[in-house]
Amino acid sequence: MRFVLHRLAAAALVVFGTVTLIFAALYLLPGDPAVLVAGENATEESIARIRELLGTDRPFWAQYADYLAGLAQGDLGMSFATQEPVTVRLWAQFPSTIALTLFASVVAMVAGVLLGIVAAVNRGGWIDHAIQSVMLFFTSMPSFWLGILLILLFSVTLQWLPAIGSGSFAQLILPMACLGLVASGRLMRMVRNSVLDVLDEQFVVTARAKGMPHRLVLFRHVLRNALIPVVTLLGILVGELLSGAVVVETLFARQGIGRLLVDAVGVKDIPVIQGAVLLASISFVLINLLVDLSYSVIDPRVRAEG
Amino acid sequence: MGERLASLDDIAPDLPARRIATRWRWSRRPRLLVPSWLRPGIALPLAVMAAMLACAIVPDWIAPFDPTDMGDAILSPPDAVHWFGTDHFGRDVLSLMIYGARQSLLMGACAVFVGGLVGGLIGLAAGYAGRRADTVLMRLLDIWMSVPDILLAIIIAAALGASLTNTILAVGLVTVPRYARVMRAQVLTVRSRNFIEAARASGCSEASIVLRHVLPHTLSPMLVMATLGVGSSILIGAALSFIGLGVIDDRPDWGFLLSQGRNYLTVAWWFASLPGLAITALVISVNMLGDALRDRFDPRMRT
Repeated sequence: MRFVLHRLAAAALVVFGTVTLIFAALYLLPGDPAVLVAGENATEESIARIRELLGTDRPFWAQYADYLAGLAQGDLGMSFATQEPVTVRLWAQFPSTIALTLFASVVAMVAGVLLGIVAAVNRGGWIDHAIQSVMLFFTSMPSFWLGILLILLFSVTLQWLPAIGSGSFAQLILPMACLGLVASGRLMRMVRNSVLDVLDEQFVVTARAKGMPHRLVLFRHVLRNALIPVVTLLGILVGELLSGAVVVETLFARQGIGRLLVDAVGVKDIPVIQGAVLLASISFVLINLLVDLSYSVIDPRVRAEG
Repeated sequence: MGERLASLDDIAPDLPARRIATRWRWSRRPRLLVPSWLRPGIALPLAVMAAMLACAIVPDWIAPFDPTDMGDAILSPPDAVHWFGTDHFGRDVLSLMIYGARQSLLMGACAVFVGGLVGGLIGLAAGYAGRRADTVLMRLLDIWMSVPDILLAIIIAAALGASLTNTILAVGLVTVPRYARVMRAQVLTVRSRNFIEAARASGCSEASIVLRHVLPHTLSPMLVMATLGVGSSILIGAALSFIGLGVIDDRPDWGFLLSQGRNYLTVAWWFASLPGLAITALVISVNMLGDALRDRFDPRMRT
């Protein structure tokens, strides 16, 4: 229980720090948002009035305190560009991003874990080398380039799948494959190393020595132990997917937090930028917290150290 | 170890006990005596990087056309004159890519320098000072890492404005925590070794212990990290350019070229896919070299 409380407190501290970091970074943003909101033919007076209205003329601490107070009530401010509450704009886009990252993580898990196991069992063989080479390719290519290749192949040449937009499942296939495959490379590597470590353990040799069939050793002894450390990777995986989603959503012209963020950066819509990054970061911290906690349930050795 | 057991297996292949023990082990043919830098896993990436470096240093000797030269043929496919085709202004894509090498390589190398320097100092301070400083710095890094890579880079790049220096700063700052963690872990293990105590007992000042006894032992893992870091820095930088937060110049970098080409995907496959191929080739080369370095310096990580 102490372990759980400790982790919760640490996560709360990190979230608070993240809010501050994002706020401070955006406070330094050059250019006056009031000028952008006012439009091209605005007079000095109307710009000053808008500045007052937005509250961007006040000192840093006043704005920061205000933002925290609003945040405590679940208020992320008003979008400069559309004058809607930021929360409304975020919630409208969030489901699309969740769907993308969820399906992409399934792709990454299936590809990464399966290929990692196959590569480890065939260590040094040509299958191992082939899998490692393909995965080196996936980890080294920019996600948007893989996306472009997928579009060229499946949308332009074969015309099987739609390239852009969001809504139907068919429109989700290419983005989720793109995002998932890029993330699967690192996962495969870790799974492979983890399985290799367990294969060298004494109890595997013992199991083999007593005549247990190959496959049974693999499933009953090796995988059970090898996949425990892989759980921690889920946290890292989500971070990678959230990062990648920004680019992939832009490329495939999908709805989502990432695209909202990129658009907001274009028009210096600070409250929306803050909100989008904050939402992504909090999701990331929470998932890592869950992974930490579930890990201590799966592997009791961790609790003793924490 | 795996090799020794495998050769035993060759001598007595029918020994059942031996079979079981080596079933999972890595057996392979004896290695030819080739200098390490000539092995394909090292020579190939070195060749790719040397070619790209040459493009970055003297593009005007290599490029067949001036990258700002707008010809008559707009979006013409690859042929004998324009090997990689032309873009929507009729510029030669190959020449654009050759001139773009400088931006991309400079960005990758400098970002690693910024990240490695700041991260290295933070990691050194955290690992060597220990206790309270360590706790505070590690918490700071937790916060730093709680914002996913590209999102943090977007905020920093947007806050600073678009220029090559600012892209370098943004990418460098995003990668600080990973260097800091490697540095800290390494300093922690070195700090508790006997020779540090011996140096202190013989009257070395703290500064000279850090400089002469701790730092040299951190160099090889940091070098491996930095090499692998060039790859991820280039990827983050290219993503920034792709989103539209990069430098807009008449000598565009590969990420920006790719984002331009995206608008003509249906009519000009070469425009977007070939600059992407350059990024991928570079990052693969860097990653292969990094892996080779890691095998050499850190045998525990060998796979």
